[in-house]
Amino acid sequence: MSITEERTNNVIGQRMLRREDPALLTGEAKFVNDLVIPGALHLAVLRSPYAHARIVSIDVSDAASMPGVVAVYTGKDLHSTWAAPMPCAWPVTPDMKNPAHYPLAIDKACYVGDGVAAVLATSETASRDALDAIDVVYEPLPAVIDLEDALSDRVIIHDAIGTNKSYTWNLKVESAEGAVDQAFKNAAYTVSERYIQQRLIPMAMEPRAVAAVPQPFGGDVTLYSATQVPHILKVMTAITLGIPEHQMRVVAPSVGGGFGSKLDVYAEELLCVALARKHGAPVRWVEERSENTQATIHGRGQIQNIELAADKDGKLTAVRVRLIGDMGAYLQLVTPGVPLLGAFLYGGVYHLPQAYDFSCTSVFTTMTPTDAYRGAGRPEATYAIEVAMDALARTMGIDPYELRKRNYIQKEQFYDATGNHVGYTAFHGLNYDSGDHLAAAEKAMQHANYAGIRKQQKTQNVPGARKRLGIGMTSYFEMCGLAPSRVLASLNYGAGGWESATVRVLPTSKVQVVTGTSPHGQGHETSWAMIAAEKLGVAPEDVDVLHSDTAIAPLGLDTYGSRSLAVGGVAIAGACDKVIDKARLIAAHQLECAAEDLQFDKGTFSVKGSPDKAVPIAAIAFAAFTAHNLPDGVEPNLEAQYTHDPKNFSWPFGTHICVVEIDTETGKVDVLKYVAVDDCGNQINPLIVEGQVHGGVVQGMAQALYEEAVYDKDGNLKTSNLAEYLVPAACDVPPITTDFTVTPSTTNQLGVKGIGEAGTIGAASAVMNAVIDALSGLGITKLDMPASPNNVWKAIQSVQGGK
Amino acid sequence: MIPAAFDYKRAGSADEAIALIGQYGDEAKFLAGGHSLIPLMKLRLAQPTVLVDIGRVKDLSYVKDAGDHIAIGALTRHMDVEKSPVLAQHVPLLAHAASHVGDAQVRHRGTIGGSIAHADPASDLPATTLALGATYVVQGPKGKREIAAKDFYKGFLESALAADEMLVEIKVPKMNGAGWSFQKFNRRAQDWAIVGVAAWRNNGTSGVALVNMGSTPVLASAVSTALSKGASVADAAAHAADDAEPQGDLNASVEYRTHLAKVLVRRALEEASK
Repeated sequence: MSITEERTNNVIGQRMLRREDPALLTGEAKFVNDLVIPGALHLAVLRSPYAHARIVSIDVSDAASMPGVVAVYTGKDLHSTWAAPMPCAWPVTPDMKNPAHYPLAIDKACYVGDGVAAVLATSETASRDALDAIDVVYEPLPAVIDLEDALSDRVIIHDAIGTNKSYTWNLKVESAEGAVDQAFKNAAYTVSERYIQQRLIPMAMEPRAVAAVPQPFGGDVTLYSATQVPHILKVMTAITLGIPEHQMRVVAPSVGGGFGSKLDVYAEELLCVALARKHGAPVRWVEERSENTQATIHGRGQIQNIELAADKDGKLTAVRVRLIGDMGAYLQLVTPGVPLLGAFLYGGVYHLPQAYDFSCTSVFTTMTPTDAYRGAGRPEATYAIEVAMDALARTMGIDPYELRKRNYIQKEQFYDATGNHVGYTAFHGLNYDSGDHLAAAEKAMQHANYAGIRKQQKTQNVPGARKRLGIGMTSYFEMCGLAPSRVLASLNYGAGGWESATVRVLPTSKVQVVTGTSPHGQGHETSWAMIAAEKLGVAPEDVDVLHSDTAIAPLGLDTYGSRSLAVGGVAIAGACDKVIDKARLIAAHQLECAAEDLQFDKGTFSVKGSPDKAVPIAAIAFAAFTAHNLPDGVEPNLEAQYTHDPKNFSWPFGTHICVVEIDTETGKVDVLKYVAVDDCGNQINPLIVEGQVHGGVVQGMAQALYEEAVYDKDGNLKTSNLAEYLVPAACDVPPITTDFTVTPSTTNQLGVKGIGEAGTIGAASAVMNAVIDALSGLGITKLDMPASPNNVWKAIQSVQGGK
Repeated sequence: MIPAAFDYKRAGSADEAIALIGQYGDEAKFLAGGHSLIPLMKLRLAQPTVLVDIGRVKDLSYVKDAGDHIAIGALTRHMDVEKSPVLAQHVPLLAHAASHVGDAQVRHRGTIGGSIAHADPASDLPATTLALGATYVVQGPKGKREIAAKDFYKGFLESALAADEMLVEIKVPKMNGAGWSFQKFNRRAQDWAIVGVAAWRNNGTSGVALVNMGSTPVLASAVSTALSKGASVADAAAHAADDAEPQGDLNASVEYRTHLAKVLVRRALEEASK
């Protein structure tokens, strides 16, 4: 059953080119650093070269006297400026340890890149040169870069909390006490696996950039930032600096990607606002690329221990997970919550009884703080269950697809006994809105020629073969559309998960959509216009989308967690409904009929059964504007605001299959083919959906084959530029086949789910399963990411005795 | 990404460039395509106080047939080396190797002379010209002198160029129909090689040089010696790393790099022997 409304205008579903692209592609789009701000001072931040060191003294006198330098500040100088430490919005447990974190370190630097002093100067170059003249005396302390070493508390990073452990969070669901232990005891097959989710650097194309502009009178401040979250940033800046919230305005101009790294409140944003107020002048800061690798959050960073229990047929009977999460040196905005976002997904897309035991312990280390990175918790979970499923299939000696088929939640399980679609209530109590895993998997199998590849392997993967062939699959569920506010409350998150929209039909019938989402590459302007055009029966070109300025769109919770369409897009549809409801009253008044007797189709109200009695919404809009002849009690103007708080997460799903060939002499992995069959429900713009899948797949594949933030034992980041941190480029991307099944969501009126993170969630495990599949004939059943040539070669050497 | 302050001087000719570099001494650097120097300056790993821009010295960009060898002006861009019909005919190994340098943008800016003078062991063209037995013509205040490629590379980013000398021409012997191969092994297409091999074979003679197998480009003499004594390709390739002192880094341990050199030299010789 789908509750999708009958389409009136056929805009939804078209492959429309993105209206954002001409400005972006011609360089006309304005990013923070493009803004012309007369009289702006430039901020530069001196960063600790030590992973862990006491700050003995800072001498700024030479720097302060350099030409162009206006002021130099240390953490001590600014301590009294902060009304509160930097925010962490997700205290996941009541006893979670959260060390006070200020924009500049005061006594101690806790990672390489921790800010220790700030220079304000009249030019960017002068501010940069002055950094070299600041003399800091450090007392170096031991670095802590290993998570298990961190847990031992051998070296305490934050003296005030006395331990490196931040929290332990448990999710144990048992049908009866001891069900998990019992299941493992009775299991016909078990596997116990340990995986490392290496640290990743989000590496948005535009590094961060900030400009704070104080208004001349009254104390108002406008903060321009390359952020995903202008609304959250506004609230948090007000709280941290003690500024009345109504005096803060935050604008995110064109923003060049984020992948979660701009879902945060950063030291430099607070420094710019504080110093702009102090000096009564605009203050601008632009991050350098190498600085970005240290001063902007990292992603992933987990040690995962997962155990599966299965019966003699391979049906899962229990899952046990023990995680150690790397928080880095401090908790940023949602750092501690990231592992929790995956906590519900370690059972994968499988029918699992109530025998689930998840526990995550998170620790501080002397490395850059981690936080949400595309998928946030869910790629990690999917990786663990999907790579473990392959291990289970190997243990049982059956095909990994056969094992999955025996365990998939079946399509029928989304219906009750009388055939009503009720969704699938999982062992943990959350309801999966809709799904058909087998259909997506079958489609992927056909595209990948799974049987053909298996056959080819038999002739190709012979002893001594120079090139071995591998095929791997992943079936995933993505918990996205963050989020039902009540569920967030149960997870102790510090805000709701709603989204707001205002739809305004102007007197000349042009439409303004005001959204609380904050696009930074997703094409919201195009897609949101399509939704409003479809609902109101106008041309998409007649719809303008306003966003990312808290003065224009005051209500919103921004863009992350594949939420924008499933929450924000649905809010726009809801606002359109309210507009149509109001217009209907005016139309009924004009046509002298009852509102219930009117139908609305292709932008026109007409009397049911008398199609000649009709009035277009354009005429209604003008009538609402002149207000010459409105029904009693109806306010002038055609505008409505609607806030959508989702009843449920949305649960996109799909199957990805990867085919690789491995050169056994060099260890190099070539991806021959990648198939992604995703189901995100109804699609607003399939062109944008495909783009999201492409980008996500490449990012997930990059974790499997290329990327890793490498620290040495002293806590120095060895991959601090794009020559050393290997983000794959266009020519490194293999052919990607995208296809879709469409199982509409039943919990929102558009029938939509999210797609922003799906590729990343599916890809890393699909690629690694293919790599291990290729090598398993040599006796290799385990390989850490990234499967670099050196790592693969080493693994082959280890099983062949160095031959 | 903001370099330290420096002065900028533009030279209109080689003579002017040499005079300027002599005037400013050790702290001055030539700027050609800028694709090695500028990144180091942005990271403040290099902080020259004067840049002498030789990018507009026009008479140093050419590829000429000079009888037994091809003469290439030092300021010839990689793309012009790659696309040169003269090189395609007489030194196809060099033209092909140039097509592997960086990406298209880099190849349109970077110059062969800049790459060689920078003496980066991980760059493709120093090793390739070394394998081909090239001679470098350098010009100083007292005129020109020639340095054989095998005598040019002195250490990591160090060459036989004096501080007041400038590389002006690369003389590459014609290959006379020799079989050849260029093997570049890397993780991303546009990166420096983890290990690279430039090789040619012709009637019992051969030249093999290695990219990124030590602090300088490495001439794998032991391989050529073995071949000249009649060793098989596989046996000769086992000597690939005899003359190398590879370093370990994020992409390759010393052991792996050594192994790669042997595999790639074998593959190169197989291809060059076809």
